[in-house]
Amino acid sequence: MNVLLSIDIIAKKFILSVGQVTLLTVKGLGGIFVPPFNLKLVSREVDTFGAGSLLLVDIIALFTGMVMALQTIYGLSIYGAEMYVGSVVSLSLVRELGPVLTSIMVGARVGSGIAAEIGSMQVTEQIDAMRALGASPIKKLVTPKMLAAMITLPLLTVTADIIGIFGGMVIALFELDIDRIFYINSVLTTIKISDLLSGIGKTVFFGLLIAVIGCHFGLKTTGGTTGVGRSTTITVVTISISILISDFFLTKLFLILF
Amino acid sequence: MDTDYKVIIEFKDVYKSFNGILVHNGINLSILEGEIISLLGGSGSGKSVLLKELIGLMKPDKGDIILLDNNVTQMNEEALIALREHIGMLFQGAALFDSLTVFENIAYPLREHLKLTEKEIQERVAEKLHLVGLSGIEKKMPDELSGGMKKRVGLARAIATEPEIILYDEPTTGLDPMTAQRINDLIIELQKKLGITTIVVTHDLHCVKTVSDRIAMLHEGKIVAVGTWEELVTSNIQVVQDFIGGKYFM
Repeated sequence: MNVLLSIDIIAKKFILSVGQVTLLTVKGLGGIFVPPFNLKLVSREVDTFGAGSLLLVDIIALFTGMVMALQTIYGLSIYGAEMYVGSVVSLSLVRELGPVLTSIMVGARVGSGIAAEIGSMQVTEQIDAMRALGASPIKKLVTPKMLAAMITLPLLTVTADIIGIFGGMVIALFELDIDRIFYINSVLTTIKISDLLSGIGKTVFFGLLIAVIGCHFGLKTTGGTTGVGRSTTITVVTISISILISDFFLTKLFLILF
Repeated sequence: MDTDYKVIIEFKDVYKSFNGILVHNGINLSILEGEIISLLGGSGSGKSVLLKELIGLMKPDKGDIILLDNNVTQMNEEALIALREHIGMLFQGAALFDSLTVFENIAYPLREHLKLTEKEIQERVAEKLHLVGLSGIEKKMPDELSGGMKKRVGLARAIATEPEIILYDEPTTGLDPMTAQRINDLIIELQKKLGITTIVVTHDLHCVKTVSDRIAMLHEGKIVAVGTWEELVTSNIQVVQDFIGGKYFM
């Protein structure tokens, strides 16, 4: 009986949270089209999201590309097809690993930052003060972060894809001693526009997800500094799970579309 | 207090509960234009919640709140934003924006509500900082200020738009006696100079005695007494005598 009651409570909380996140998304996106437009706030967020995450994302992409190349060479060598390492590495990175790993990394770094920033403002009554002073926290905080995440994540993913493919090339050159022109050609002939659109298109949605989940848990923060800690942890967990689950559905959707 | 004064704030049968715990159990209170009224009550008695309900930061479960002829409980956020131009609020912890300088904090409501030039904003900020005795600290960040200075900057921000009503949430809590007295003096001075209707939420009896025209005592979700300090001191209501005598501070 207690187990059933717990499931009931958890299910209700989950449905409530989904409803609140959806409402926040609608309000946040609505804020993009309602004046006044504050480009200064958006550019500040783009700087925090993009410039702050660039090195982290590119280091991870470099080593992912290198590991991918090592594993692919090992796998393909069984069939004597290791020369196609460039095709496999680039396709995997552009369609899947680049967008997902970049989003999870940025999600962990930026999502937790958003939750901590807004959560701290919530527990110190700064959100209430903002409303009392005649400003909308949605317009001032949520909308700029959503816009910045949707702009920045695709750009970060493009750099991650390039660096990852470069990492694969370094390994291919050392391990297989193949010509770098051959590697680049195999990459260019394999990757199609639809692969790029599919991979980068997903990150626009992932960016929105990161910003909205971070803002949602930030705004829901209660219980002082402990509450802020709780919000950041749950934000990172929720963002990671949401990205992986939505990735499946988005991949399926993009496969139908392109 | 002259009884001919107009009622500009009215709480009518206001109920509010949190997680099944009743905080307001039918609050009824009228506040007159230009008076300083203190809401007295123990910690957790729902005094701050009442202020937040008044400016629409929280919604009561039941009842009406009339503010400047508007029923706050039935207004949407856009209408509330416009109404808040007429109200200033000093939060318990000052609630200054960490990422903004003192200047930007005070200029915030001016930029949101009024269409002033940058020069006019600078002049208004300097004037309000002078009024709270903190001239020349425009470039400082909130974390460089002491608790008392933060409260005074919060006060400067609250009065920046020259509101008709000002709400103080625990203005003297956590301050040394000298700074607390300075804040009390400022509350009285602002009311005298600008004729602002003032609501002070506190459990600091010295503050209540010093600044108030009238006092409303909140206990177990209801307003149990309203009157001047002298009337409350001589009140026969047991809870009022206990509170002023210090029983609830033990």
